[in-house]
Formats: sequence, structure tokens, C-alpha cells
Amino acid sequence: MSSDAKKVLTSPIVDNNPIALQVLGICSALAVTSSMANAIVMSIAVILVTAFSNLFISIIRNHIPSSVRIIVQMAIIASLVIVVDQVLKAFSYQLSKELSVFVGLIITNCIVMGRAEAFAMKEKPGVSFLDGVGNGLGYGAILITVAFFRELLGFGTLFGFEILPLIQNDGWYQANGLLVLPFSSFFIIGLIIWGIRQWKPAQVEKD
Amino acid sequence: MSSNKESFGKTVGFVFAVCLVCAALVSFSAVMLKEKQVANKLLDQQTKILEAANLLDVAGKDIVGTFNKFVEAKMIDLDSGDYIEGDPLLFDERRNSRDATKSEKPENDIAGINRRSHNAVVYLVHDEAGKVQTVVLPIVGSGLWDLMYGYVGLESDLNTVRSVVYSDHKETPGLGAEVMNPKWKALWPDKKMFDEQGDVAIKIVKGGAKKGDIHAVDALSGATLTSRGVENTLHFWLGEEGYGPFITKNRGGLN
Repeated sequence: MSSDAKKVLTSPIVDNNPIALQVLGICSALAVTSSMANAIVMSIAVILVTAFSNLFISIIRNHIPSSVRIIVQMAIIASLVIVVDQVLKAFSYQLSKELSVFVGLIITNCIVMGRAEAFAMKEKPGVSFLDGVGNGLGYGAILITVAFFRELLGFGTLFGFEILPLIQNDGWYQANGLLVLPFSSFFIIGLIIWGIRQWKPAQVEKD
Repeated sequence: MSSNKESFGKTVGFVFAVCLVCAALVSFSAVMLKEKQVANKLLDQQTKILEAANLLDVAGKDIVGTFNKFVEAKMIDLDSGDYIEGDPLLFDERRNSRDATKSEKPENDIAGINRRSHNAVVYLVHDEAGKVQTVVLPIVGSGLWDLMYGYVGLESDLNTVRSVVYSDHKETPGLGAEVMNPKWKALWPDKKMFDEQGDVAIKIVKGGAKKGDIHAVDALSGATLTSRGVENTLHFWLGEEGYGPFITKNRGGLN
């Protein structure tokens, strides 16, 4: 893999993270991070959708009339999302029951649309595909980090397995009810953004 | 970039082609996966019914086999409580309760369901000898956020509770969603739904049920409205507008 391709793939994970730096896709990051299992499935779904929408849009980028390009991108993204939703329903019914609304909302996830418009419309298919995977991974990294804290401290479990025994199950841990609610992700995402910018001061905006 | 990229005919043609390809992709995946999705949905439902009948341990991995062996689904008319002809597999409570010809507004809609289907499916769960051990009744009622769907399993006297199992709800995780908590579900078995006069007597008590009270179950802490929703749902479905007529007719014992 050339260093350019590698950069396209890995830079969205920390250096140019779609959630932490570009602050896109926050809505679903709030909604599906109450458990690790949900977050991982959602991440995989977004990786697949961003990668393939980037690939297909890049393949036809020189033929897309610019007057209708957004609609064409939407049609491709929407079709991919429906396919992902159908596959989930067929192979993981329990998860699809919990995620179904949010899988549908990948269509409106700004990351997918943003990468299609900003990257895939200009670059070659191969590298666009990698860019899609990279941005999906960046999204997934934040999602999984948030879910880790929310599930561990909110429910005392990870992947459904008990880590901190709850008081109502005769343990010692008083679950943090705040982290169970979606908006608590704002705090965690805020802390993550702060952490990343402490580590990489280049990301701090100049006044 | 070609100069005629923007011509009207080309644009229309291009959009048409993209739509065609996308439509083909979507329909292909929908058709190919349909069978598996339907099977999944049925499996999910059968798992919940077996759970309500306390047969999950018996079933192990073989949900479908166990379900077909022990469970008999029968259609009933809710107003009369009589069995009627009909294919339980084709029955869809959610669709029926949106259809004005197949449902009605309850007079006393304590469960907050808005419309109630005329018919319902009851699941008679037999033992090895073919005797009815458990009757599983589907229930639905408002929780805090939305309708909660579930099953109540009654022993063959149609009074003693075997289980209350929710399958589908949108309650707050950690609070109302504790209706799915095994600890709470374990409070239900052996409670009595009806008092001696035959009235629905089950209640959910905030702050903890009195010890030995056979009609009372602890409320979920922090989820008063969900708990009240469960109580109202049970009162509605076991009452006259729910399975009441069916229960009255079969109280002597089912076969």
C-alpha cells in the first residue's frame, strides 16, 4: 500500500476525525451508543455505506451532470442503506429491531454525503473507497469509545456481560442514570474532542 | 470533462439509468432476503411465546421444533370469547388494529391502544401428554413513550401467572426498559390475576408489594409510568373488553 493510500485510510481516525474535528454525524453518535453491540454494528454499517457510496460515485463521477449531482448521490446512498437494512433484518433480527430507525438515518448522516461530495467527486475509485473506509473507521472509533463508557458506567456491563455488579442485582455498583440517556454522549464526545486537541494542538481553531 | 455533459437529454437519461440500477439493487436484495427475514420474525415471536410458557430451557436450541410440538395457536373472537376459524399465521394484530373494519374503539381504553382488533390469537401450550399447561395471551398497551407489546402466560386455571414477557417496547433504558430484567420477571410467577369474585385484581405497587400478597408485584423503581402502563395493560386485556369472555368461558379448565 502506498503511503498516500495509507494516509487516506488512517488520517480520518485521529488527525481528521469526522466526528471530533469536522463535527459531523453527531445525531447517530448520540442515539446508538448506549451499548457496545449497537455501536459496533452501526459502525460496520456506516463503514460499508461510506465505502461503497464513495466507490460507486467515484466510478461515475465524470458522467454525473453537476445540476443533479446531489440527487444522484442521495439515490446511491439511499439504495445502499436499504440494502444494509435488509441484510441486518435477515441476519441479525434482534439488533435490527434496536437499530432499524438509525440504520435508515444513515442516509442523512452528513459523513456519507460529505465524503461523496468532497472526495469521491474528484478522486479515483480505489482511493475513494479507502477514504470511505477510513472515515467510517473514524466514526466507528468515536462511537465505540462513547459506547464503552456509556455501557460500562450506565449499565455496569460490556457487550451485555456484567462487569460492575449493580445494586439491584445484589452488587455494589450504583448505575449512572445520566449515561443511559442519549444526550450524555455530548459530554463524552466533548471530552474526547478536548483530549484529541490536547494531544494534537494543530486541530485547535485560531480565533 | 465533455462539453455536452449538461445537455437536457443526457441528464434525464443519466438519472433514469441511475434509478434503474438502484431500483434493481434494492429489489434484488429485498426479494432474496425476504424468506430469511420472515423466518427470523417468526422465530423471534416463537421464542417469546416459549419464554412466556416457561419452556425455553426445554427448547434449548430447537425453538421451532419445540414450538410446533407443544404450542397450538387458535384464533378467538374477543367479544364472545369463542374459537373461530382462521389461520393464526396470517393474523397480524398491528395491521388489524389500524383497519376500521377489523377493529373497534374500546369503551374504556385504559391501556391506551386506541383501537382493538375484533379477533386475537391465543396460544395453548400442551405438555407431553397433550394436556394444556399454559395459555399464552398476547398483550399490548401504552408505556411511557410508546406501545409495549408482550405476552402473559397463565396456568390452565387461567388465573395463576406463569410469566409476563415483553417483546417489543421503546421504554427508557435502565428505567422502564427494566420490564425486560429477569429479576423483575421473576416476581410474576404464582401471582393471581383475579380475586375470588372474578375481578381483575393484579396490581403493581410502588415502593414494594406486601409480602405474601398474591395479587401484588413490585413496581419498577424510577419508572412509575411504565409500571402503571403494565398494570393498565393487564387490566384491559384480562377485563371484559380483552380476553375476559374467553377466560370466563374456559375457567373450568381448557382441553
